[in-house]
Amino acid sequence: MSDDAPVLRASLILGSRFCDIEVAERAVADLCSLGECNAEESYWVVTALREALANAIRHGNRLDTARRVRVECALETGRLTIRVEDEGDGFDVSAVPDPTAAENLLRPTGRGIFYMRQFMNRVEFGRTPAGGTSVLMVRELRPSARSVCHEE
Amino acid sequence: MKSEIRDRGDIRIIGLAGKVTIGAGDVKIRELIDSSLAQGKKKILLDLGGVSTIDSSGIGEMVACYTTVTRNQGQLKLMNLSPKISDILQVTQLITVFDIFDDEQEAVGSFT
Repeated sequence: MSDDAPVLRASLILGSRFCDIEVAERAVADLCSLGECNAEESYWVVTALREALANAIRHGNRLDTARRVRVECALETGRLTIRVEDEGDGFDVSAVPDPTAAENLLRPTGRGIFYMRQFMNRVEFGRTPAGGTSVLMVRELRPSARSVCHEE
Repeated sequence: MKSEIRDRGDIRIIGLAGKVTIGAGDVKIRELIDSSLAQGKKKILLDLGGVSTIDSSGIGEMVACYTTVTRNQGQLKLMNLSPKISDILQVTQLITVFDIFDDEQEAVGSFT
């Protein structure tokens, strides 16, 4: 993607079903392919997106199919930005325990946000105007990764 | 997610393929493990060679199964992790929890 390339955007409104996650996965993977984001980068971006959506659907919207999840993605030179918003009641991210602490290693839950932070360069949680959770995730694309398409 | 079950002596080998993700493969793993334990198979080897994607729910279910099998005086081990799945286990330090093998013969021989 050259420095003067246009910003590629994708906007989605999803239902609160786990099967809807695949729709967003495909859209973001396609966006990555349209830009010069290689398969390795795309894999980790989609992994982080999947965790954000699973949290939005399960913990945010509590699987209420009447509630929506909004996804906004933008791919510009060297940077992919994803925002996921739910219609839940929000939560205190500081209360989420460290899943790598010895006492938490065998807990079956609580790794989603950790994975998001591992695979994206920046993850910020906030509130939507309606009180739901808004999560912003940014991945800085490596220069070497931006010059190869569909590498695997 | 697809699964294939076979036994080598008293060792149950469960091959998984496809996506092990929330709402899909995660519950299936639990069912496969529960079924094995109910059949008296307490030495279980999960072959992840065909798994393309695993999310935190899939990982969490494997952890829960590890705990369940251990509590039943059994052993749960992993085999044929892709580099990406290995990375995912590495960052959460679960690589220190599971016994992991690349070779089936070696894995089978490790059960006590």
